[in-house]
Amino acid sequence: MTARLMQGDEACAEGAVAAGCRFFAGYPITPATEIAETLSRLLPRVGGKFIQMEDEIASIAAVIGASVGGAKALTATSGPGFSLMQENIGYAAMAEIPCVIVNVQRLGPSTGRPTSPAQGDVMQARWGTHGDYPVIALAPWTVRETFDLTVQAFNLSERYRTPVILLMDELIGHMREQVRLPDADTLELARRTETRVPPRWYKPFENFPDGPNVNVPPLVPFGEGYRYHITGLHHDERGYPTDRPDEIRPWLDRVFGKIERSLSDILLYEEDGIEDANILVIAYGSTARAARHAVKQARTRGSRVGFLRLKTIWPFAEEVVERAAARLHRVVVPELNRGQLVLEVERVVGRQKVRRVNRADGEMIRPSEILAVIEDLEGAV
Amino acid sequence: MSERSQSLVHRRYLRHSKKFPNVWCAGCGIGIVLGAIIRAVDTLALDKNDVAMISGIGCTGRMPVYVDFNTMHTTHGRALAFATGLKMVKPGMKVIVVMGDGDALAIGGNHFIHAARRNVGLAAVVVNNATYGMTGGQHSPTTPWGIQTATTPYGHIEQQFPISELAVTAGASFVARSTVYHVRELEKYLARAIDKEGFSLVEAIAYCHTTMGRINRWGTTSDMMRHLKEHSVTSRQAKEMSPEERRDMIVRGVFADRDIPEYTQLYDQIIERAQQEALP
Repeated sequence: MTARLMQGDEACAEGAVAAGCRFFAGYPITPATEIAETLSRLLPRVGGKFIQMEDEIASIAAVIGASVGGAKALTATSGPGFSLMQENIGYAAMAEIPCVIVNVQRLGPSTGRPTSPAQGDVMQARWGTHGDYPVIALAPWTVRETFDLTVQAFNLSERYRTPVILLMDELIGHMREQVRLPDADTLELARRTETRVPPRWYKPFENFPDGPNVNVPPLVPFGEGYRYHITGLHHDERGYPTDRPDEIRPWLDRVFGKIERSLSDILLYEEDGIEDANILVIAYGSTARAARHAVKQARTRGSRVGFLRLKTIWPFAEEVVERAAARLHRVVVPELNRGQLVLEVERVVGRQKVRRVNRADGEMIRPSEILAVIEDLEGAV
Repeated sequence: MSERSQSLVHRRYLRHSKKFPNVWCAGCGIGIVLGAIIRAVDTLALDKNDVAMISGIGCTGRMPVYVDFNTMHTTHGRALAFATGLKMVKPGMKVIVVMGDGDALAIGGNHFIHAARRNVGLAAVVVNNATYGMTGGQHSPTTPWGIQTATTPYGHIEQQFPISELAVTAGASFVARSTVYHVRELEKYLARAIDKEGFSLVEAIAYCHTTMGRINRWGTTSDMMRHLKEHSVTSRQAKEMSPEERRDMIVRGVFADRDIPEYTQLYDQIIERAQQEALP
């Protein structure tokens, strides 16, 4: 494909179509609106459907409904809309309905600053809805990677029957970069597993079923002869409400297990120069761009600095971080918030080892701010 | 329909894998609405595989689990939005959305008016018992002025939402109201609503004897049934009455039956247009 100058938001829309997404429901919000606008143009061309709903709550609800009908489905929003979606994201987790939720983060809380980048929704992506549930969240750092991770988000969502959150930010969403998108037929796309049993034996929430993906029972779309029940109540293997602990517990074990036992497939990251480093910088999303720059500069000045960029931020890559940081004296975690993912890093490597670099004023963290911390630590070593 | 053949029809549509009895109190009108929906679907000779029943939260929200359709019990107030997504990707399915008055008009009020305005081909059924039964009888958007509820111990000071009239104004294709006493009429309206291409609404007036009936000392369930019988008139009868006579009456009838292009069918035209324009 020829190179094009495009925004991260457009790359997300292109990635969705390439991933097989055929339904979008959303509500206009800065800085995610361009995703909706692009898909309102692209989806009908491929026979897909686009709808602008009355609010974000309805948008995620329609997405879940469409997914139950068998379509790969997407919604895109920013902080305020993401807050409104939380209850139904929990529904998707409970009912195990695949769907992708894009949050192009802007500075919060509340209305905040709609056109400023932030990474303040990291913990909300993990714990936004009530109760205990597993979640997958990915964070791209370039326009091209926004395309790739959107495809990955759909793949993971279908493979594990779970909502997947793509945590972009205003910088990635609005920035234009020249990208060469891959040909659609070169992409590896996950399809929803089909059941091998007749309707009579079908259990949409079967514990420990056979199949290619551990603990993920096939989800048959509505209208295909398998008449079953879906509910946000705790349910048995057939989907009927239950209050029996001996039915609730296996469900909990299974939905957490399906993620925890597949970390090698889910955890995406990039590491560089960790082997001989004595300082490690861990970053994600747009902040990783500044971090990468700072690491390069530090190295040309002779520092031994490793770089670990997390593409999958939830589940947190604790073993990866633990391994990378094991021999190191110091770990630097820059984030566009007051310290969120750093809490996980501190939990894994210990608080004494970690230096935070935070900004939550609407401006990007500059490479020089990270470099200053690296140099300060070097001096202390 | 004889009693025997009626119970055979019900049997054909109920889920026998689900343990009965149901969650509703003895004497509740929601079961009557369920029976009427089943008979309406049976009259239309629909394939059960092509029927979806979607609900929100509350006593009425528990309805789908008992019927052998494609069923979904969603979140509070959002059933119509879930149903919109399903209907868009499966336009061939008949999607019935059952809600209570609190579910459809309070927390779900925004979705209700917009689903009607958008004219997505959904059959919405609102069981209007004017209260939140499951949580113990708090006031809802359809609670009559002045009465006592669990959260208005000194009397209710808000006006009622007229559900059917709201749906007519919002643009629904078909709108009708009946009561759980007038079962045959209700059944007829439900069949027309489900059959209709565009957004349709059937409002089924019910009561909650367990909560509001008890708080306001309205007597037994038969007393409340009798009230529905004696305090309701057809829209034709209502026209003959003075505003004074009509004031405390439930007006039953069809309030809208119009042909407005249905949303998913219009969207098919969008797809055609987009694909033509995209041609090189």
